[in-house]
Amino acid sequence: MKRMKGTEIFVECLRREGVEVIFGHPGGAILPIYDRLYDAEIRHILMRHEQAAAHAADGYARASGRVGVAMATSGPGATNLVTGIASAFMDSVPMVVFTGQVPSTLIGTDAFQEADVVGITRPCTKHNYLVLRTEDLARTIREAFYLARTGRPGPVLVDLPKDIQLSECEFEYPEQVHLRGYRPVLDGDREAIRRAAVAILEAERPVIYAGGGVIASDGAEELRRLAEIGRIPVATTLMGLGGFPTEHPLSLGMLGMHGSWYANTAISRCDLLIALGVRFDDRVTGKLSEFAPTARKIHVDIDPAEINKNVRVDIPIVGDVRRVLSVLNAEMEGLVSTHGTAAWVRKRQQWLAQIAEWKRTYPFRYEYDERVIKPQWVIEEIARITQGEAILTTDVGQHQMWAAQYYRFKHPRTWITSGGLGAMGFGLPAAIGAWFARRDRPVIAICGDGSFQMTMQELAVVAEHRIPVKVVILNNFFLGMVRQWQQIFYNGRYAASDLRVSPDYAKIAEAYGLRGHTVRRPEELVGLLEQTLLASEPVILDVQVAAEENVYPMVPPGAAITEMILGPLETTAVADSKESIA
Amino acid sequence: MLRTLILRVENRPGALARITGLFSARGINIESLTVARTEDPTLSHMTIVVDLDDVALEKLVKLLDRLVDVVTVTVVDTREAVERELLLLKVRQEPGQKLELLKEAELFRARVVDVAPHSYVLEVTGDEDKLEAFIRVFEKYGILEVVRSGKVALARG
Ligand SMILES: Cc1ncc(C[n+]2csc(CCOP(=O)(O)OP(=O)(O)O)c2C)c(N)n1
Ligand SMILES: [Mg+2]
Repeated sequence: MKRMKGTEIFVECLRREGVEVIFGHPGGAILPIYDRLYDAEIRHILMRHEQAAAHAADGYARASGRVGVAMATSGPGATNLVTGIASAFMDSVPMVVFTGQVPSTLIGTDAFQEADVVGITRPCTKHNYLVLRTEDLARTIREAFYLARTGRPGPVLVDLPKDIQLSECEFEYPEQVHLRGYRPVLDGDREAIRRAAVAILEAERPVIYAGGGVIASDGAEELRRLAEIGRIPVATTLMGLGGFPTEHPLSLGMLGMHGSWYANTAISRCDLLIALGVRFDDRVTGKLSEFAPTARKIHVDIDPAEINKNVRVDIPIVGDVRRVLSVLNAEMEGLVSTHGTAAWVRKRQQWLAQIAEWKRTYPFRYEYDERVIKPQWVIEEIARITQGEAILTTDVGQHQMWAAQYYRFKHPRTWITSGGLGAMGFGLPAAIGAWFARRDRPVIAICGDGSFQMTMQELAVVAEHRIPVKVVILNNFFLGMVRQWQQIFYNGRYAASDLRVSPDYAKIAEAYGLRGHTVRRPEELVGLLEQTLLASEPVILDVQVAAEENVYPMVPPGAAITEMILGPLETTAVADSKESIA
Repeated sequence: MLRTLILRVENRPGALARITGLFSARGINIESLTVARTEDPTLSHMTIVVDLDDVALEKLVKLLDRLVDVVTVTVVDTREAVERELLLLKVRQEPGQKLELLKEAELFRARVVDVAPHSYVLEVTGDEDKLEAFIRVFEKYGILEVVRSGKVALARG
């Protein structure tokens, strides 16, 4: 055993966790740790706002599958982190967050820059700690990383009073973690899995509803096997995009509020719903009583609290999605071979033919325009140029939904968006984090003009490290999603959603020493995207798009997912095909 | 319907806040709550009474179980658990009623723990029914104050 200072213990524990990079912002209460980091091997990236530090750690974690680390000082530093922590919590992202705290002797005295950070973050962390003895530091950091990445992943916060960082103690690294109240179940119940396999065999019209749990468990390969063995169409949630290739014949794309008409229709008509790593979120289900109303339901999730939370299911399976699927797939292979592959193909023929017809009836569609750039087209071009090989991060709003609808996803961990919390300003910092995780893929931040203005100061980080992210602002000079709701539900009264007074984003890029372009005319777009998207330099593109374009289809809040508001192009086509279904 | 939850919880700062936070965030009222150390000083025993239907209760139990600080959580009914509550009752004492009052206290095995010129404080333990009956009986003397400890419960066997 060796006597070590708190700051040395901190660095040593992070080294043992394999941390390569910390996203943070300093201040008085965390200065001892910063001083120690000054000559440590772990990289620290100085973000320009703590919210961005948390989002960057989130982007890093999602792109890599490893634990992201964010750090800030006490008081305002810590409170600035909260949005990023809450977003990671809603999206089950493994993250450890360190905050400085006033010296333990001053806690509770309203000291300068004191905030009750464990109190503030209790409802938006998986767990959190206030360390009151340097002797507890190593064990606490060990537990924090363990909790963040195991079971249902999530952010864990560790609050570090200044005196704890400075005092010394004997250092012993805790090899084992003992948490008697924490025992995640990874392997699903064999009997339940067998029942699930039989249910799939018996089903005439099964659909898979796949979510973030597929990505988090690295289960995309097993999902693909299940779909192919069972010949089952797959709809993914916003969080599940990338978990199943968009261009796969069995893909239904995204379901839910802005999901595809055919995905929502298939869900409503299926006789078996196979829900994998999902939480039956209201943006997905619409009116609950009409979500897959006639289907038996299988639900696989690592978190027992998700089972029967919003929807009662027939076959619950608690476990890690990838592990459960690998057992289920083995079971399915056995059943299919006894059943005979030909019979199996015949059994699914009608359902798959029906779905193929629905996909033709109403694909995602928009009206191309020669005079003005359509935002959907921008995404299509990005998908074409990158061949689905890029990592996309997004802000929140219409552009986020268009990216989800029109990008052609190929790989898990290439789609990083603030799904559950829907935090504007997520895109740029998340892209920075993603680049530190995966230097082998182009990283593109699809931003909204409103959202971008919430974290655009992070261009300084892009400039400082010459991070070759591409920022594509789908600039409609509106808080577009708000404007869309106002148009549809509030008689077109655009209260506080107008962004006509906006900065010149290309000049902002220039001010940071970055390349920026403004694109107004359709004929300029493709060439510019082709020149810049795969370049090794950072680029900021202000793409000025049709201002009052809407995201369709759309399920009004509270309506059944089949009651979609359709785009101006489609109303008749769908009305016709509805009759043919009925 | 009133339900009793028994929890074994890490005896650490923040554990109680984390647990009660689950209730308050969902607008669930806690009817009673007791916490104290157990035979193992690192563990607290918690008894919580809530008014919930089966579905809401099932969800709540899973959320409690998910907390890192919660080691075990069980829902018990009166048949499966021994339940006790302590009640202190301050009652008016008029000169002519003393004997009768003490006799009635005796019936409940209540003890007099404070004597003042015009009032007594009685202490009694028991389950819900007994305590309710106790209060009813003493109403006629004039109850000045009642305080209850909240229920503690221990699974049988
Ligand atoms: C931090 C935050 N504040 C407010 C909202 C509510 N909100 C959702 S979308 C949106 C508009 C976003 O505008 P923009 O970034 O320009 O994207 P667009 O919809 O125009 O593509 C707003 C204000 C939010 N999601 N996050
Ligand atoms: Mg906008």
